[in-house]
Amino acid sequence: MNDDAVLDALLALARDRYGERAATLTARDDLYDALGIDSLEAMDLLTALEHRFGVEIPDYELQDVRTLASIARVIGARL
Amino acid sequence: MIDARRLPSLGALLAEAFETWPTDLATIEVDRHREVARLRYADFGAAARRVAATLAGLGVGPGDRVGIVMGNGTRWLLAATAILWRGAVIVPLDPRLTPAEQSTLLQHAGVDALVADAARARALPWRPDRQLLADPTPGDLGPGVLALPHDGGDGPEIEPVPRARTDLAAVVYSSGTGGDPKGCRLSHGAYLAQYDALAATFRWERGDRYLSILPTNHAIDFLCGFIASFATGATVIHQTAIRPEILMDTMRRYRPTQMAVVPLVLTAFRRAIDARLADVDPDQRRLVDGLRAINARITQTKPRPALSRWLLKPVHDAFGGRLRTLFCGGAFTEPALARFFCDLGLPVAIGYGLTEACTVVTVNDLHPMRDDTVGAPVPGVRVRIDAPDSGGVGEVQVHGPTLFDGYDRDPARTAEAFTDDGWLRTGDLGWLDAAGHLHLVGRARNLVITPEGKNVYPEDVEQHLGDVPADGLCVLATDFVWPRRGLTGETLLAVVQARPDQRDGVRDALRRAVRRLPAYKRVHGVLWWDDDLPRTATFKVKRPALAEAVRAVRSRDDVEAL
Repeated sequence: MNDDAVLDALLALARDRYGERAATLTARDDLYDALGIDSLEAMDLLTALEHRFGVEIPDYELQDVRTLASIARVIGARL
Repeated sequence: MIDARRLPSLGALLAEAFETWPTDLATIEVDRHREVARLRYADFGAAARRVAATLAGLGVGPGDRVGIVMGNGTRWLLAATAILWRGAVIVPLDPRLTPAEQSTLLQHAGVDALVADAARARALPWRPDRQLLADPTPGDLGPGVLALPHDGGDGPEIEPVPRARTDLAAVVYSSGTGGDPKGCRLSHGAYLAQYDALAATFRWERGDRYLSILPTNHAIDFLCGFIASFATGATVIHQTAIRPEILMDTMRRYRPTQMAVVPLVLTAFRRAIDARLADVDPDQRRLVDGLRAINARITQTKPRPALSRWLLKPVHDAFGGRLRTLFCGGAFTEPALARFFCDLGLPVAIGYGLTEACTVVTVNDLHPMRDDTVGAPVPGVRVRIDAPDSGGVGEVQVHGPTLFDGYDRDPARTAEAFTDDGWLRTGDLGWLDAAGHLHLVGRARNLVITPEGKNVYPEDVEQHLGDVPADGLCVLATDFVWPRRGLTGETLLAVVQARPDQRDGVRDALRRAVRRLPAYKRVHGVLWWDDDLPRTATFKVKRPALAEAVRAVRSRDDVEAL
């Protein structure tokens, strides 16, 4: 799976989870601002991502990540 | 429990622990759902001796400084023990800082050697020549760079180097990764006094299980999950993931008796409990609410763990069923959050501390639980309120054997930190009640603390805003400019000197720059300022002077949201 495919899957997962809030979400949007989530909800999202992609991502790797594009890079590096 | 009062150093305390309970479990390391290592006290001692011998082979000896950049785990404690046994000084760094920030601090401390995860070491722009690396690849190693041993091997004979109470044990950076790091010099005596104070306040005994989830550079984890646990023959369980579902699985399996958390983790636990209760039918829900009310009443004067566990078994089972104390620190804890857990029979010990005082200054001893204060001073430590106003509120000042020796290589700031009669100025505002409990009401420091316990210094944020085309720019904590009652919802503010026709451009540039920063470093507002910012001879902005000038002529209403 290349980064674009990962990104598409991430967008689909975000829409599935956050419904309308994620309807206009793009790869470069700030997730916290766009979805109105806090850092605890971000951890739940992290778990969902791991299940979806079958990878393990340490909590600290995502601490400064703010966009789907950067999450896609973190996941892409593990696939 | 080892009596530390007769011991000269942390190294002596640890050596005695390994001899006192040789077959008890010292550490268990868990990576998510997998256990990866466990060591008995005797084996831990042998492994630490081997690390010390390896450090000795690299020429690390008394007074040398050794950085540690690792996540929490057995090897962190092995490295720390070995460094202390060499008579050297620990420089523990937050593994979550960026590699550039870590290098800045390592250089500031002038470390002679480094113990680090190989992956983290590789990312550092600067590191010392001598290193011990955990999980290295063959390419990482070379002259002066060796693998960190994690067992006793052939058991080299090496004796701990004796140290005195006045000798330096650690240089701890509370934060300040910008151009101006602040390293607190902490002696063996300060740590031993801090351990005495904690041991006198809380029951801590052989066979207890302490769950470590905070990085061990964090003062609370260093004290609880290393010094106090080893000095009492407890077992330290390390789990690096802090996601609620992983944590709760670890708790069910290993049944911890104590753990230290930051408020954010308590919030996560509360959500997990609420979610669980939301699933049960209304009758059961009413039953739980009723039991919670009964428990709240019977634990009013002191915790009764056995009774609480019986009353609210399903809730307690989710945390392993043996949890006795949740130490909560690092940031302000909402009283209602602490009360929620206490009512369930899961006592939360709220305290107040700072690195300059070795960790804990005051703590709520739970007899009775009070959620309206941060507790009374721990034994041996004194607290006073300087220049109280009519309501008794003034600056909190601290005195006692746990105080630091000063900021490393910074006599000017060290002098500012102490009063003429030798008390530590905390920069926090509070008052003492008739029972001697401290009430914190605000902060008069130029600093913001997040619910995760991150200390955010405006100076560190400012360095990310270098591209903003303003004549002058200074980031300040909003509450530093306009002190208020309250310790939540703290924000940062940029004071910007720009002509009216420049402001749109500056605002756009600020927004772009801020958006690249992690949430906790975000500047929330801008205050336009016409005059030159007050500066020192070396062109640094005088922050207190600027804050005072702004306070004199502007109010919070003049801040424009970003």
